[in-house]
Amino acid sequence: MIVRLMGEGQFEVDDSLKARLDELDDETERAAEAGDANALRAALRALHEEVRNAGQQLDHAHLGASDAVVPPEDLSLDDARKLLSGEDPFPDL
Amino acid sequence: MAGLMARASEITQAKVSKLLDRAENPEETLDYSYEQQLVQLQNVKRGIADVTTAKKRLELEDASLQQQLAKLDGQAKQALQANREDLAREALTRKATLQQQVASLQQQEQQLADQEQKLIAGEQALSAKVEAFRSQKEVIKAQYSAAEAQVKVGEAATGIGEHMQDVGLAIQRAQDKTEEMQARAGAIDELTSSGALEDFTSQGDDLDRQLAQVSAGSQVDDELAQMKKELGQGGAQ
Repeated sequence: MIVRLMGEGQFEVDDSLKARLDELDDETERAAEAGDANALRAALRALHEEVRNAGQQLDHAHLGASDAVVPPEDLSLDDARKLLSGEDPFPDL
Repeated sequence: MAGLMARASEITQAKVSKLLDRAENPEETLDYSYEQQLVQLQNVKRGIADVTTAKKRLELEDASLQQQLAKLDGQAKQALQANREDLAREALTRKATLQQQVASLQQQEQQLADQEQKLIAGEQALSAKVEAFRSQKEVIKAQYSAAEAQVKVGEAATGIGEHMQDVGLAIQRAQDKTEEMQARAGAIDELTSSGALEDFTSQGDDLDRQLAQVSAGSQVDDELAQMKKELGQGGAQ
């Protein structure tokens, strides 16, 4: 599957990684709901690292949609909460 | 559970399909999307220019703060030579406050430089994608039937739309950072101009008192001792 790391680009990763990514994604949710900025940062960073290490970065000229989009590593707690409540933290885009 | 990755994916997809829905047929979608890409590329270039300008402004600010620091240093020495330790202490206290400001300014400067790097990388990636899209769109127009073209266009445009969102976010974050930096630089500017030690002998205004209260004590003491040593006033006194 193809994963976009926001701010870095698209990576092709093996489908078997999905379970691990979902697990880390759950951690982002728990951290954001607990209001724990450090845990949020750690979970996002782990997501980025996992994809970066296991995946192959796609050429910039590749044109295709991603199966998953990972928010930036330094997403603020505020923006994370907005995302979770279904609000778009980046409405101008 | 649906974490941040799941949510960001949903939102991105929703936005991209909204973008694509604006055009009715494949050819229109291709041309519309291409126009959007060119606009976005322009935005990125403008974003980079903004960040670069803000960075220059900070560098100037930094230089002027360094002068201010040197001046306070000189004034502290003068005060000591005139046996006015109280004034020397005041000058060094201000210097310590200013140094804290400079340190945090420099830290933010670094963040701004990082944003700039990201935007430049984003611009290069987007340029490559736009170029790929430009050549593909003519192929799609020429080679595929309307139904097939719809699918191909969807794939290509979704990929680039997603990337445009991504780069757009980088620009927005850089702009936020730039505004924050400029506000910060402005505040420091005000602090230094109103707090400049032009006149030693005047009684301090409110700002002076506040500055004096800042606990930069040990650094000030150390510097005082060092200066006294340099001026040959050390243990002899």
